[in-house]
Parts: sequence; structure tokens; C-alpha cells
Amino acid sequence: MSLTETPILKGQALPERPAIQRFFGSVSVSVAIYLAVIGLIAWGSYTGAQNMGYNWQWYRIPQYLYSFTDDGFQPGELLIGLGATLQLSITAFVLASVLGLLVALLRLSGLVIGSAVAVGFLEFIRNIPLLVLLYLFYYVLGPIFGLDRYTASILTLAVFHSALISEILRAGINAVAQGQWEAAKSIGMTTSQTYRYIILPQSVRFMLPPMTGEVVHLIKSSAIVSVIAVAELTTFGRNIISDTYMSFEIWFTVAIVYMVVTLILSIGVTYLERRYDVDQ
Amino acid sequence: MTQTAPIIDATNLDKFYGDFHALKDVNLTVHQGQKMVICGPSGSGKSTLIRCFNGLEWHNSGKLVIDGIEVHEHAKEIRELRQEVGMVFQQFNLFPHLTVLENLTIGPMKVRRIGQQEAEETARKYLDRVHIPEQANKYPSQLSGGQQQRVAIARSLCMETRIMLFDEPTSALDPEMINEVLDVMVELANTGMTMVVVTHEMGFARKVADTMVFMEDGRIVETSPPDQFFTNPSSERCRIFLDQILEH
Ligand SMILES: Nc1ncnc2c1ncn2[C@@H]1O[C@H](COP(=O)(O)OP(=O)(O)OP(=O)(O)O)[C@@H](O)[C@H]1O
Ligand SMILES: [Mg+2]
Repeated sequence: MSLTETPILKGQALPERPAIQRFFGSVSVSVAIYLAVIGLIAWGSYTGAQNMGYNWQWYRIPQYLYSFTDDGFQPGELLIGLGATLQLSITAFVLASVLGLLVALLRLSGLVIGSAVAVGFLEFIRNIPLLVLLYLFYYVLGPIFGLDRYTASILTLAVFHSALISEILRAGINAVAQGQWEAAKSIGMTTSQTYRYIILPQSVRFMLPPMTGEVVHLIKSSAIVSVIAVAELTTFGRNIISDTYMSFEIWFTVAIVYMVVTLILSIGVTYLERRYDVDQ
Repeated sequence: MTQTAPIIDATNLDKFYGDFHALKDVNLTVHQGQKMVICGPSGSGKSTLIRCFNGLEWHNSGKLVIDGIEVHEHAKEIRELRQEVGMVFQQFNLFPHLTVLENLTIGPMKVRRIGQQEAEETARKYLDRVHIPEQANKYPSQLSGGQQQRVAIARSLCMETRIMLFDEPTSALDPEMINEVLDVMVELANTGMTMVVVTHEMGFARKVADTMVFMEDGRIVETSPPDQFFTNPSSERCRIFLDQILEH
């Protein structure tokens, strides 16, 4: 898509994704597909593995998750990896939200230059693959600005997801009734006071569901940084496999760990949403 | 009353929405303590006019002076002006995520930088004034339309405004709630507040207005005292309009 096709109007929506993409992008549908695919793979690979005489060693897996020693509970490598993944994801998410809010406010500012910069940024990010962006940060910007692999990874994830988050924020801000702006203005509030006390608190309700989807998306896409060997869940999984050759067991376990975390997140937010609704 | 300088002074105001000429050469003065009622058919520019009075819309030419401040889009004093000029909307526009009390204190606290305790005292005083002191801790959605509109009036009063603008404050209300809001407005008028009210409630107009304004097609067609306005309007358009709305 080119810039000229996108009218640079105050906060106008980028074209919506086709219905079919929205369907496959929703949390419940993703989870269902995820489960179905996992099931198929599990079944297929189990029978396949039997045929090729794969030596299943599930009993060796728990030690990579946790163990009990004299000192009590000890997290295994995979749990430590999960911790690293979460830390990476949370840091990237916070950065992405700040950047996303800036981009959203730029688009809503009504300044022609502001919107042009914001839309240019969005189109740029939306049209390059995450992996290429990671290589850009690590192999190009890394040497120039002296970024280590961990920083490069965080920046990549933050920049990539800030584009998606800014659209969520913009839509949430626009969902608040125009009358709220007028009421806030008419008691003399500044624009920033209006955002802070009136608009943003109300748009949280509209943003919560898509933002959860975005966190889930971010946690999943954080696995990509394993290609530059940043220590996190997927990298740790790979390292274990190169030591033990238990690739089937480890990859299944890693997939399940990701799934458990993202499911807990989705359920938690559904619960939050309900409570928030009651408060209204 | 006419000796002092007017608190609202509009001279040759023109306003365009794109190509659409919404206000045409409007001249109007309102003095301290005056109660003006504006009526006219839908689309005649009533809302546009009073929204110019607190900077929600900007006129394109002419001159508008309010309380000594010349109003234009880049006026630095526009926020001070808005604190002087309260506005009550047809759709109430209360802040739904805040309690009634918070709706009333947020302006004084954040804009006027008044302490919470003092702001709450003022808020309770004005909630008393609009006869709903017991609703302070509810959320707007838990109130009836009439109660919400009275909260909205109190919210403006909490800013200690000197002029109150009303844009069809009762037309979104169920009939049985209209009077509770009009009663509050009559009481407010009796305190000497300067009021500019867009409404078709002619009973209210007869009771409180000292000046009636009739607008049509972006123009002020008639300005006259109520007794003359209702019995002997000088323009034929106004007479027809009055016949239509008084029939009901
Ligand atoms: N933001 C806008 N953009 C374009 N045209 C507008 C806008 N606001 C109002 N208008 C037009 O200006 C004219 C006057 O509108 P206004 O709202 O002032 O009328 P009104 O007298 O308040 O009518 P009503 O009784 O329906 O509220 C209408 O024809 C309306 O369509
Ligand atoms: Mg109107």
C-alpha cells in the first residue's frame, strides 16, 4: 500500500484487515486452531516416530522444567528460559506501548506533518517481515549504535508491536464519544488534561481485549530472537536438544509452555474485563 | 442594565462550515444578569452561535468579545474564558467513569487547582442547589436523565462560572423529567446568573427570559422582550414558528 492511498486525515483508520484475517486473529479462534494443530502434530508425529523407531524419553523432561533438591524447588532450564522470555516480552511491551501512544497521538494531533510521519512509520513497519527488522537492528543498527543482542531484540519487538499497538490505542481513543471532549473543554481542561483524566481512562475498556491479543502475539513473536541466540525459552529449548537429541519431547514441551502462559493471560483479562464492566 | 458594558458582544459574526454559511452577520449583546432565550427551527444556527461563545466553534469573521476577552482561535485566554462560561449540553456529557462528586470536583481541582476538600465542599453545595445531594457517590449511568442534567448544571456551577450557556437542555429528557430541570434553571436565573438558553420550552421562556431571540437560516430575525415576542412578533416567520410550537 502506498502513502497516497491512505488519506492523511485526523486519526482516520487504516484499512481494516479482511474478515477472514480478523477471524483467524481472534484469541479464541487462535487457541482452537493452536490446539487442533498441536493435536494433529502430536498424533502424526507419535505414529510417525513409532514407525521410524524414535526413542521417546519423556521421563527426562521434568528435570528441564523443575527439580526438588535439598534447597527446595529449583526451576529447570526451560522455566528459566520462560522467565527470560517474559522479561523480554514485558520490557518490549512497555516500550511498544509508549511508542505506540506517541504514534497514535501524532496521528490524532491533526497536524499534517505529524500524521504523515506517523502513517509513514506505520506503513514502513507493517510492510517488512519481523525477521528482517530483527536483522536490521542486530546487524545494521547494532554495530552502528553499539547495541548488544538483547537490546537489539527488545527494540525490534518494541518497534514492530508499537505499530500494531498504536492502531489499537487510536481506535480506543476514537471510541470515546465526542461529547466528552466538548465537556472537558468547556470546563477549561487542556488537551493533555483531557487525555489524562477523561479520554484515556474511558478508552481502556475498548483497548483491553485487543491489547491482550497483542501481548499474546508479542510473547509468541519473541521466539524469533532465538535466531540471534538471545537467551530465552526457544533458545534454551534448542540448546537442550543439541545436548540430548530429544527434539520431539522438547519442542512439544516448549510449545505447551508458551500455550499455558498465553492462555492464562487471556483468561485473566476476560476476568478483569468483567470486573471492570461491573464497576461502570 | 444597558449602561454597563455587555458581557457578550458579538458584531457581524460570520461562520462557515466548509462552503456552508452557518452564521450570517450576527449581532448580539448580552449584559450581566440578562436571561436570553434563543429559539428557531432546526439547522438555523442556534447551537453554532452559542458554541462560539465558549470556543467550541470559531467564527470566521466579525468580532466577538466576552467578558472583555476578544475570542478567536488563537486567543491565549481561551481557557480562562471557558472557565468563566459554563455550558450545559443536550446530551449531558457527564464523565461516565467518574462518580457524581468526581464529575463536579475534577474541573475545580485540575483546572483551578483547588484542594480536594474545598472542591468537595463546593460540589456538595451545588448538588444541594440542584436538589440531589444524596446522589454524590453514584455513577452517572445510575441516575435518571433529569438527575444527570442537574449534575451537569452543577458541574458548570462548580467552576464558578459567570455566564451559563444551555443548548436544548431538556430536549433529550422524558417529559416527566423536564420540569425538574427547568425548575433548577429558574432558580438559577433568580440568583442573578447571566444565561443564554437555546430551548423551545416557551413556558420557561415566559417565566425567566428578558430577551427573546429568533433565528432562522443562520440569521437573527427577531430580538424582542417576551411580551412583545409572544403577542406581536414583528416578523412573519417568527409568528409562524411560534404558532407551530405553541400548538403542542
Ligand atoms: N461540524 C459541522 N460541519 C458541517 N456543518 C455543520 C456542522 N455543525 C453544524 N452544521 C450545519 O450548520 C447548520 C446549523 O447547525 P446548528 O447545529 O447550529 O443548528 P441548530 O439551530 O442548533 O439546530 P438544532 O435545533 O437541530 O440543534 C446546520 O445546517 C448544520 O447542518
Ligand atoms: Mg442545536
